[in-house]
This record gives sequence, structure tokens and C-alpha cells, in this order.
Amino acid sequence: MKSLAELAAIREKMQNKVVLREGGSDIRVVVGMATCGIAAGARPVLNTFVEEVAKAGLSDKITVTQTGCIGICQFEPVVEIYESGKDKVTYVKMTPEKAKEVVEKHLKGGQVIEDYVIKNI
Amino acid sequence: MVRAQVLICGGTGCTSSGSKKLIAEFEAQIAKNGLEDEVKIVRTGCFGLCALGPVVIVYPDGTFYSRVQEEDVKDIVEEHLIKGRVVERLAYKDVAEGVELKHGNVSLNDTTFYAKQKRVALRNCGVINPESIDEYIAMDGYAALGKALTEMTPDDVIRVVKDSGLRGRGGGGFPTGLKWSFTAKNQADQKYVVCNADEGDPGAFMDRSVLEGDPHAVVEAMAICGYATGASEGYVYVRAEYPIAVARLQKAIEDARAYGLLGKDIFGSGFDFDLFIRLGAGAFVCGEETALMTSIEGNRGEPRPRPPYPAVKGLFGKPTTENNVETFANIPQIILHGASFFNTMGTEKSKGTKVFALGGKIRHTGLVEIPMGTTLREIVEDIGGGIPNGKKFKAAQSGGPSGGCIPASLLDIEIDYDNLIAQGAMMGSGGLIVMDEDTCMVDIAKFFLEFTVDESCGKCTPCRIGTKRLYEILEKITSGKGTLADLDEMESLCKYIKENSLCGLGQTAPNPVLSTYRFFKDEYVAHVKDKKCPAGVCKKLLSFSVDRDLCKGCGMCARNCPADAIFKTTYIAPEHKLPSYCIDTDKCIKCGACMSTCKFKAISKK
Repeated sequence: MKSLAELAAIREKMQNKVVLREGGSDIRVVVGMATCGIAAGARPVLNTFVEEVAKAGLSDKITVTQTGCIGICQFEPVVEIYESGKDKVTYVKMTPEKAKEVVEKHLKGGQVIEDYVIKNI
Repeated sequence: MVRAQVLICGGTGCTSSGSKKLIAEFEAQIAKNGLEDEVKIVRTGCFGLCALGPVVIVYPDGTFYSRVQEEDVKDIVEEHLIKGRVVERLAYKDVAEGVELKHGNVSLNDTTFYAKQKRVALRNCGVINPESIDEYIAMDGYAALGKALTEMTPDDVIRVVKDSGLRGRGGGGFPTGLKWSFTAKNQADQKYVVCNADEGDPGAFMDRSVLEGDPHAVVEAMAICGYATGASEGYVYVRAEYPIAVARLQKAIEDARAYGLLGKDIFGSGFDFDLFIRLGAGAFVCGEETALMTSIEGNRGEPRPRPPYPAVKGLFGKPTTENNVETFANIPQIILHGASFFNTMGTEKSKGTKVFALGGKIRHTGLVEIPMGTTLREIVEDIGGGIPNGKKFKAAQSGGPSGGCIPASLLDIEIDYDNLIAQGAMMGSGGLIVMDEDTCMVDIAKFFLEFTVDESCGKCTPCRIGTKRLYEILEKITSGKGTLADLDEMESLCKYIKENSLCGLGQTAPNPVLSTYRFFKDEYVAHVKDKKCPAGVCKKLLSFSVDRDLCKGCGMCARNCPADAIFKTTYIAPEHKLPSYCIDTDKCIKCGACMSTCKFKAISKK
């Protein structure tokens, strides 16, 4: 190790991998992963969220996790976004493509995509 | 892409309760469900809650599972990792008062065990994979070394350590910065840094857990110490009974060398430093600094008189700085965050935090780190969860064979170096053994003294012969042959050993006797005057007897007696049909087998 820059580079690279363990992030993305959700394709949606959030370098601010059945099985895959100080947003009938859009517009841009929100389906 | 991580404790405690098998089972179940790319298994160091092991934590939600068995793994994988449903029957539920659960599930930090703790030395234990240097770097690892080498002079480093108020965590409590400055002052062609990981107190495992959970912190700190004092080589003296700690430390040193964090010209600063491990054979005296260095040199581990102090003439006759594992583990944090990060925690003369190994009669056996000044009551009742089986707290023993007891009347004592010494106990390296009302204090003193008699190296007479004579007096007292004169002799012998022994082992060996005698004199007196052991421990002072009116004459006791000391009488209690039994006290070996087999509680001991 000849410079602090090298050390910083390793830290940068690794931080995504340990950040999961710190918790306490501001935004939580919760994907419904009960039998109904999995059958409707929630797993690729969950994985897309994890990948896109990491790619955007937001892993320290956003926690992606899963939950059980929310009770609206016909709308699965369901994704809920919790942000402190704001109302919960529930996206339904999600796909990996829609997930990418949510990361781009909602999580990065702060813009709720009304078309995918439950009340508008 | 990894979306969830399963942290499994790989400390010695959880490894012995089966965490290795657990890891294999998790790997199998995760593979079976095709989750290899989504879920990562991390083997960590100790989480602290050893009594509840094996411990498993699932992130990102931080759900804390305790006592996980192989057959539970399937449920965790299929329910939690796939469906996101917490496996309630395994989830730990003991939540601290006033803690609001953030997301409905209990995470480690919400538990009563963790809520009052403050983790500095243990900050990475149970959080990172100790065998991954990259994970350590991700947690700001080696940033302190980088900062010291590129932005600070050796004097700056020493000043920060001095200002932080850090004192030696191995027991003595000598100011660390001052110690470093002594070595720095002395000119020599070669100086050394030594890490004392020869943890020998019965029931203590703080240093082991740091080495197992965060070995790089010690490596980094030793390099910083080398820079500050002008040493280019370091030795870690660790006992061979700590195989996991040794293996991880070895890997840490090799990885650090591969990254150039040990070796020549670290960070381009021109500073060279390398580190070596020396295994100790488990002699208690080798925890004494001069004996430890003698042992590293390849000689029999015996202490030598001081002065000259190691800072002048230490390892191989060169100026040497020796610190304990936990002391070192605090250093990177202090350098990185400044002296005020550390000296704002704790009491006036004892700064920062201290790690304790909680053991004995307590619900949460394990490893805790608390700010100095936390009361003993908080440790025992809140963090430790109190005494099991509804028993009463009697005393806590701190400092192992060199320390003393703190009785129930002093439960509100604020833990720091000076308060403990004022009460005849000492901080020691951090073993804290909790005792309940069933503990005989004379017996405890005898236990610790037996240990020091065994471990005395024999070099000086006061320790070699003095402790043996002292043990004999205690033996006499616990077997009911003691006199009041023996108590006086015991006290004066204690003083003599303390004043005349060569090293710390002998100088502190009488402490367990003196402190129990100070706080529990009535128990000693009961042993010699009334020939009774109030706690019912000292066998030779006990007598077992059958209450002939409660005895139904079933004969279970007689059949279970290994000494044939129980015989049938001719007495038949009015409401019973069979003759009762009686114990021949001359034959009785006081094993208690009869008492535990009697279903009618007709046998009692006094």
C-alpha cells in the first residue's frame, strides 16, 4: 500500500458490501415476497431494486428488504416505499422494468410515479 | 447482487455450540433454493451474547436469532430469506425498556443486552468478517494508520493518545500515552512493540474475542504504536489455547503484508513495521510483562525485577512498549476521531469504555462493553439480565485471581479503575464473575488461591511458599479445623505476600482473600467458630439428615447412596406405613445424592 488513495479505493469498493449491516437508512423499499408475490414474479423485482440501488450508489441511504403477504394478492408484486416524514407509497403489479423506473424517478428524483401507485390501477 | 446477508457468529463460544455445522447447513439450504447470488453468509466474531449461541443475524432488517439449531436453518431460509417472514419462534424478544421498534422486528441494538452498551473496542466484532481485510478497510480500517503516517508526527500521535486518557486495559490501568512516551524518549538501534494477549484469568475472554472478531484493529494499532515510539518490529504473545484467534491473527498479518500495510515503506512514508506471533504455553505468570518478554526470548517464563522498566530495557534488552489487546483495539478509533471522541466517555480519571466478560450466576453470560462509570447494578441487572432461578445477588468478582469481590451493598458503585481499587477489588483485565446467595465466599477465595498456587512460577519465596501456606489456612478453615487465631495469621500472611513478592502475580494473589475477608468476615467467623458454612458449600461442614416424620420409607436414598451410609430404622411415622431411614454421619461422604433423589423433601443439609 503506497498511498492513501489506494486505501480509499478499496474502501469505496467494499462499502456497498458491508453497508447492509448498518441499517438505520432513511428510505426503505419493501417488496412483498409471500407465495403470492413470488408466484407473480416478486423475486426479479426485489433483485432489480437491490442492483439498481447499489448501482446508483444509494445503498447507504436506502434499505431494500422483503416482507410477507400484504393482503392484496391480485396486485402482486407489491412494493412499498417508506420514507421518514412522508406517506407510504404502494406500487403494485411491478416488473423489473418498472422497478428500474421507480429507482430512477422516485428514489433518485423524488418523483412518485402515479401510474403504478395502487389507487390509480 | 447480494440483497441479504446472514451473519453467523464464529467466535469460540458459538463455534462450540455448533455454529460451524450451521454455516454448512445454511450453505446447503441456500444452494438448494438457488439463492447463492442473492444471499451472502458471513462468519463473524463474537456478538457478545454467548449464552444464547449460536447467534445468527439476518440483514438488512437486522433480525436477531438465538440458539439456532441445524434443523432451524431450513425455516430461516425458506421463510425469512425467501418470503421475508421473520421466524418468530427463534427471534430474540428481550427488548430494552423504552425502545421503540423501528420496523416491527427486534434488532440486536434494541435488546436489553445491547441498549446500555457502547462499543469501541468491540465495534467490529460481530459486524465484519474478521478474515476479510477488505471488510475491515470498508469500516475505516487502516485509515488511522494512514492518518498517523501521513499527517502526524510521532509526538502528535503520543499527544493524542495521552489526551484521550486511555489507560492500560490489561489490569494495571497505567496511562497508555505516558507509557509510549517513555519508549519514544529512549534512543536505541532497535525498539519493539509487544501485544499482551496472554489472557489467563479464569472466566475471562475479552482479548480472545477481539482477536477473533477484529484482528486487524490490533495489527493496525501496533503499527501506529511502532510509528509513535520508533519501533520497527512487533510481537503478539498469544496463548496456544486460542486456536481461532491465532489463525485469524495470522491471516490478518499475512493479508496486511500482502497489501503493504505491514512491511517496508508503509504508505510511502518511509516507516517500516512488521509483526510476528509468539505462542504461549498457557502459564498465568506469562501475562506479567517481564515474564512475557522473557518467554518471547525463548527462556522460561519468569519475571525479573523492575526497574529497569521495559521502556528502557525490554524485549531482547531493547526499549519496548507493551500493551494489552483491548488497549490496542481502542487506538485506531482514538487516532481517527481525536482524543475528545474518547475522553468525553467515562469518568474523570477513567476515560472511554471497558469490555467485560460476564460469567457465573447471571442470565446473559457473554461479552459486554460499557462506558466507564456505568454502575455494577446496570451491568448485572439490565445488561446481564439479573440472577437466574430467582436467587439473590451476593457479590461480583472482578479482576480474577488478582482482584476482589464487590458485595451487594456496593451494587451502585460506578465502575472505574479508582473506585474498584478503593474497594479492594480491581478492574483487572475485565473478567466479571457474578455470584448468588449459594456461593461460599471462603470457598471462592480458596478457589482463586488454588489457582495462584498452581501458577506461581516459584522464583521468589513470598509467592511460592506464602501462597501455599495461605491456601493451607483456607483449607483448614473450610474443613472446620480453623481457629480465630488462624484468621489473624491469614491476614498478616496476606500483607506479607503483597509487600514482598517480586511481580504482580504474588503482589495481588492475596486480594481475593483480603477482599472476601473484608466484606464477608462473618462467613469466615461462622466457619471457624460455629463450624458452619452459611451458604452450604463447604462439604466438611455440612451434615445431611432425614426428617423421620416426612420420610415415607421408600428407600430411594439408601439405594442411591454410594457410601452405604443410609440405613432403615424401626420408627414408623404415624401417617406412613413403612419404617423411616436414617443417615450415618460417620459414613456419609456428603455427596448430596440422597437429597436430590428424595421425592418427599425429607432430607436436608445444614
